[in-house]
Amino acid sequence: MIEFSLDGQSGVSPYLQVVQQVRQALRLGLLREGDQLPTVKEVVAALAINPNTVLKAYRELERDGLVAARPGVGTFVTRTLADASLAAHEPLRRELERWLAKARRAGLDDESIRALFATAFRSGREVA
Amino acid sequence: MIWLTWRQFRVQALAAVLGLTAVAAAAALTGPRLARLARSGRNVFDLSTGGERTLFLAGVVAVAVVPALVGAFWGAPLIARELEAGTHRLAWNQSVTRSRWLAVKLGVTALAAALAAGLTSLAVTWWSGPLDGASSTGHGGMPQRLTPVTFAMRGVVPVGYAVLAVVLGATLGAVLRRTLPAMAVTLAVYAALQIAVPLWVRPHLAAPVTATIVPARGTLDGISSDESGRQVTLSVHTPDPRDWILSDRTVDPAGRPAGLPASFVACLPPPGGPVSTSGQAQAPASGPEECLGRLAGTGYRQQVVYQPGDRFWRLQWTELALYLAASGVVAALCFHWVRRRVT
Amino acid sequence: MTAVLVTRGLGKRYRRRWALRDCTLQIPAGRVTGLVGPNGAGKSTLLGLATGLLAPTSGDVEVCGAPPARDAAHLARVGFVAQDTPAYAGLTVAEHLRLGARLNPGWDDEGARRRLDRLGLDPGQRAGKLSGGQRAQLALTLGLAKRPELLILDEPVASLDPLARREFLQVLMEAVAERELSVVLSSHVVSDLERVCDHLVVLVDSRVQVAGDVDDLRATHHRLTGPRRPGLTLPSDQRLVHESHTDRQSTLVVRAEGPILDPAWVVGNLSLEDLVLAYMSGPAERRAAPLEAVR
Repeated sequence: MIEFSLDGQSGVSPYLQVVQQVRQALRLGLLREGDQLPTVKEVVAALAINPNTVLKAYRELERDGLVAARPGVGTFVTRTLADASLAAHEPLRRELERWLAKARRAGLDDESIRALFATAFRSGREVA
Repeated sequence: MIWLTWRQFRVQALAAVLGLTAVAAAAALTGPRLARLARSGRNVFDLSTGGERTLFLAGVVAVAVVPALVGAFWGAPLIARELEAGTHRLAWNQSVTRSRWLAVKLGVTALAAALAAGLTSLAVTWWSGPLDGASSTGHGGMPQRLTPVTFAMRGVVPVGYAVLAVVLGATLGAVLRRTLPAMAVTLAVYAALQIAVPLWVRPHLAAPVTATIVPARGTLDGISSDESGRQVTLSVHTPDPRDWILSDRTVDPAGRPAGLPASFVACLPPPGGPVSTSGQAQAPASGPEECLGRLAGTGYRQQVVYQPGDRFWRLQWTELALYLAASGVVAALCFHWVRRRVT
Repeated sequence: MTAVLVTRGLGKRYRRRWALRDCTLQIPAGRVTGLVGPNGAGKSTLLGLATGLLAPTSGDVEVCGAPPARDAAHLARVGFVAQDTPAYAGLTVAEHLRLGARLNPGWDDEGARRRLDRLGLDPGQRAGKLSGGQRAQLALTLGLAKRPELLILDEPVASLDPLARREFLQVLMEAVAERELSVVLSSHVVSDLERVCDHLVVLVDSRVQVAGDVDDLRATHHRLTGPRRPGLTLPSDQRLVHESHTDRQSTLVVRAEGPILDPAWVVGNLSLEDLVLAYMSGPAERRAAPLEAVR
């Protein structure tokens, strides 16, 4: 069973944080197929957040095919992300490391690299 | 709702029970002796002790004070304390309407007040029975039951006073929203009523009787005069000593109110003699009697307006009804205020 | 969607000052609605009008489909936790439960006792001796045990320490998760509301500035940063909420249904707290013209 936490200062909405934390747990192998996610009541009692937030997060995870709700019993993991991210995207990760090395050789410091990345990320998003 | 009212009332109820027990004990311990005296037919006043006469006074005070106390300590905080503490925001959001909340609280408290006043009055009326109006010639006497001093502290009227005091206190608490000012104003209004009603209202609760009395030795109460000796007034009494004299004045032969004729004044012994200069007279022995006879002969009489002594209970029930009706009106005001005006 | 609280042109005046004015709202059922605004904005007044403790000067208000405090049956459907959580100082905790049981049909005594037990409240303790947090929990338990359809809370956590505050909200959210409970909760601390509310009403200067679902509000409000351009006007589908300028740079908070197309602006998202602050400190003339609800 995993435990959620909420960062009030991050600017990310609570339901997204729950989704991200589940995905993170799946990626790291903390949650495996067949594991039960904490019930809505448990999450709400621990975090003092709106139950609809939790329901929305679980529904999105269900839409992504990661979990399945069994009425009266709970919500269970159907698929992990561990394999997908680690294995299939290994070439992408190496390419990224090469680009970072290039940027450092060009003399960019951490802030500039991040700004460059953010701009490219945003414009890339708008195009897509 | 009754449970809540009782729970909030617990301490006051305890105080009332203790007080009543004390009164009942005092009455039970000292009363039987007086009762026996009265039955024996001897003069009760002569045989009563100073201690018993003090207790009589204490009885008067006790019954006078009970309605004022319950009005201030039970009635005033009833609504005011809830408003001050903000607990009305808790009470009025339970599933009871404000009307029901007020009806139970006011009803229970008024009932308890009526009971407390009634029992106190019962004890004191029984105890004082032998002493009411008891007198002995030459030694003074106790006031009659109809006189304002004791009327309000006997019989059933204290019940009416207590109910009105509670309802008045509660209403003032709702309007003023603070317990202490409400208590003060309740006491003030109650005191004012206890002065105003005997003065202006009670004499007219039953149509008073007018009688014309011949001033003579048997009927004369006294002759009084001012320092100069020229302003002389007569006072007489009616056959029944229990009557409550409302007014007593001289009328001329034509029936009009008038001063005493100069002939009578001249006839009297000069001031400084048997009549003291401050104006308090003793019933004259001989000389003045001839003057009185001559006065009566010329047609002068005393016109007395009074309430007959046997009307005691009639006046009691009428005054009780009056106070209860007034309580009803004030209670209606209280309901209106709490439902519409407390915001 | 049924509305659990409806007001039409609601206003309340005390002598010369309007505590609340032109309030027209429809709060949907089944939500946790936050009522936020600075002190003196009219939050307590609005909630007092909704519970029937105050009478309106103008307009009208309906809760759960009927005017407030109409009769005993209707009073049973709306629960209220007042500011400073009043309790009878002389009564014990258990006696408060008894009060609730006697005065409310449908009282959940079992649940109330269980909840107080879990919180560690001693039933024999007099309410006057409880700490602020404990009294707040008692008031919340009394409000929940009545099993209302709507629970209204007036600044319940304002005077509580952070732990007591968190525990209060945990109990409240658990109750919402358990059954169909609508909650309207006022506060002047926005960060509390962000985790708990899914619907928001912003009240400033006795008027409603904006009302709507939290997700909609986040999606339609943007922070625009860009070079200062004198004489700038916004397109008609965008409304200015707040602006601030330096000699070179302008920062605007706008509300827009569609996307921001002007390339000169850098568009950023707003946290709920920043959004509320923008409304609270917006220009005065904006405040006088209230915006309608965002659906």
